[in-house]
Amino acid sequence: MADAHHGPNHDYHLLEPSIWPLTTSISVGVLLFGLVLLFHFDPNASYEGLMANVIDVRWFIVGLAGAGVIASVFGWWGDVIKESRQGDHKPIVQLGLRYGMLFFIASEVMFFFAFFWAYFNFGVTEEAWPPKGTEAFNPIDMPLYNTVILLLSGVTVTWAHEAIRHGNRSDYMISLGLTILLGVLFSGMQAVEYIEAFSVFGYGPDAEGVVRTYPSVFLIATGFHGAHVIIGTTFLAVCWFRGLANNITKEKHFGFEAAAWYWHFVDVVWLFLYVSIYWGIFDRG
Amino acid sequence: MAYAADHAADHHDHKPNPFWRWFGSTNHKDIGTLYLVFSVITGIIGAALSVVMRMELSDPGVEFLVKENGDPNGHFWNTIITAHGVIMIFFVVMPALIGGFGNWFVPLMIGAPDMAFPRMNNISFWLLVPALAFGILSAVVGGGAGTGWTFYPPLSVMQPDKMSVSFAIFALHMAGASSIMGAINFITTILNMRAPGMTLHRMPLFAWAMLVTAFLLLLAVPVLGGAITMLLADNALGTCFFCAEGGDPVLFQHLFWFFGHPEVYIMILPAFGIVSHVVSTFSRKPIFGYLGMAYAMVSIGFIGFVVWAHHMYTVGMPTNVQAYFTLATMVIAVPTGIKIFSWIATMWGGAIRFTTPMLWAVGFIFLFTLGGVTGVMLSMAQFDKTLHDTYFVVAHFHYVLSMGAVFAIFCGWYYWIGKMSGRQYPEWAGQLHFWTFFAGVNLIFFPQHFLGLQGMPRRYIDYLDTQAFYNAISSWGAYFSFASTLFFLCIAIYTLVAGRRVGDNYWGDGATTLEWSVSSPPPFHTFDDLPQIEPEAAH
Repeated sequence: MADAHHGPNHDYHLLEPSIWPLTTSISVGVLLFGLVLLFHFDPNASYEGLMANVIDVRWFIVGLAGAGVIASVFGWWGDVIKESRQGDHKPIVQLGLRYGMLFFIASEVMFFFAFFWAYFNFGVTEEAWPPKGTEAFNPIDMPLYNTVILLLSGVTVTWAHEAIRHGNRSDYMISLGLTILLGVLFSGMQAVEYIEAFSVFGYGPDAEGVVRTYPSVFLIATGFHGAHVIIGTTFLAVCWFRGLANNITKEKHFGFEAAAWYWHFVDVVWLFLYVSIYWGIFDRG
Repeated sequence: MAYAADHAADHHDHKPNPFWRWFGSTNHKDIGTLYLVFSVITGIIGAALSVVMRMELSDPGVEFLVKENGDPNGHFWNTIITAHGVIMIFFVVMPALIGGFGNWFVPLMIGAPDMAFPRMNNISFWLLVPALAFGILSAVVGGGAGTGWTFYPPLSVMQPDKMSVSFAIFALHMAGASSIMGAINFITTILNMRAPGMTLHRMPLFAWAMLVTAFLLLLAVPVLGGAITMLLADNALGTCFFCAEGGDPVLFQHLFWFFGHPEVYIMILPAFGIVSHVVSTFSRKPIFGYLGMAYAMVSIGFIGFVVWAHHMYTVGMPTNVQAYFTLATMVIAVPTGIKIFSWIATMWGGAIRFTTPMLWAVGFIFLFTLGGVTGVMLSMAQFDKTLHDTYFVVAHFHYVLSMGAVFAIFCGWYYWIGKMSGRQYPEWAGQLHFWTFFAGVNLIFFPQHFLGLQGMPRRYIDYLDTQAFYNAISSWGAYFSFASTLFFLCIAIYTLVAGRRVGDNYWGDGATTLEWSVSSPPPFHTFDDLPQIEPEAAH
């Protein structure tokens, strides 16, 4: 039976065809199409022909495509978990997954690099920073609580890692649960902060006489960070439910480690945001 | 037992049915084929757009691109140049070189059974389809996005229909996500899946080229993602990063070119890889200075990240900043020179055969060097300020792209089509295609140097009567090369349908890399038994 044409004689993971990449990309395309319609919908304009039909159902398009993305992701990563459980992820494949997550995070770092570049650019080129008339947040208030929350969650997620490395499932569930709660708490605090931000900054195209660069760069940098906190929390929550189903184990728990790496990345981005935007190392005038 | 073993072998070589094979593929060769077909289609669209532009510029005055009342329609012109640039860069050159040849040959060359993440490989391809649809929408919705492929604000946030710009930005978001996932896939595959004995220093140069390219994509494309996200917010959500009322349009140029300069190496490094293999094969010699060739690409990659502002000397930078970017840019000529001299040294004393791929490779070396020389001229800030945004710049970057990257695409196609399809092109037809295309593109772009020196601005629908002669030549060159491209389509179809069948290694002794050890076309799954690489068999 060990003859040459018996089948693969290596540990790499060859996959069966999958529908999820196609459904994901179609859903993403339709979702972005719907977003363009939402962005540019003008209630005062009169739409004709095909455009009138499409613009009428813009929310339906966005909802349906969003559901399509979520369903595809469920199917896709569900398959990954299934393959992992049936033993397709040999050590060499697990190493590949580690490389993949590492380089994904590297690309995310470069994404935030663009927003920090914008922030520092305005910080050194505007006449005063924050601009005169802009009321920035007090760093020793809610932003400090959020810093403490994220740093604490970094501790609890490391606790969870140590627990699963020693096969202590109950500690893993408790500490990971705490991490998720801290993540949710952070997002809640940020929601409160944002409600305040929109009124304080006078954000929006109609706001007269306001220097709009500060709110623009504040909202895009902290906004994308906030979105990443939500994604990271979801990732950790998936690992919690997988722990409940007992398929995150002492021997195999890379899914959790990837979530923890991602969480640390989100944490580090926040520290840079806190030091530069909230604490204001570029503040002058 | 025998039955079971046969059945297993059958099942193993069994291709999925056509729907799953082409729409749900997890096979690097099939996905590579999809990419190549995609870029042939988009290449025809992009080339047709350039023929429209050259028709308009063939005579002074505005003949074709006019409004209903007969006035010149400059916005329509801008829309066409935008579509041409975006399509050629993101939907022709990158999919062909990285997605097409990269997918096909990186796993084969390093002895890997497939890419590291086959499903992610597939979504990298399929995201390009909605991205292309968005690109086309951006050119037709509300008169189109006439921003140029660089999307400079404030022009890009002052378009007649803002919706068109949002479509263009989302097209780049999807193409960018596709590139980033492709980059992660290539890096992981190359670092984790090389065959036993294939150390990095024994890896073929095309794989090295793809490794460096993938790192450039990984680190540069997300910066573009951030920049165009801010642009989208300015365009659609009422923020002010780059807007004329207090924003900083130059910030966008910095962010864009921090991506844009690595992007030009993203397009040319895979070309370097292909040309290295072809020159070595048809000189029947190992490549001269293998390690120098590999590390030249690595240093081009590094330096490529610190030269971006040479695209924007005219924005008003301090003189010492201009001096820095001039110096850093000129430094890139050193590793590039290492590559060109090593190709020549490889040919030196070799048993050279001028087959079609070798013609394209030698043509590449000649014309890319010409484009490189004008590049060194433009790297100097004072010189650039005279010629900034003239046809001299257009001639420069078309020499490195449409005669550099595109020559390498044809080079790779003729070199590997027999391997990919099992059928060989007719040699006379390939050579005719080369010579007609070579003549055509030189007719288009060589006179554009003179036009630039005469001060003809790029991105403009008309020109002075005194510039008519060189423009006429340039336009005739465009028609000639488009005809040559249509001839290539005929060659491609003939080859796939009725080409002569070829064996495993139809180029003979000079072709030493692992893809020549498998059948033509290769089996659905290659390297079920991993090849063992001996030191002397490397590169």
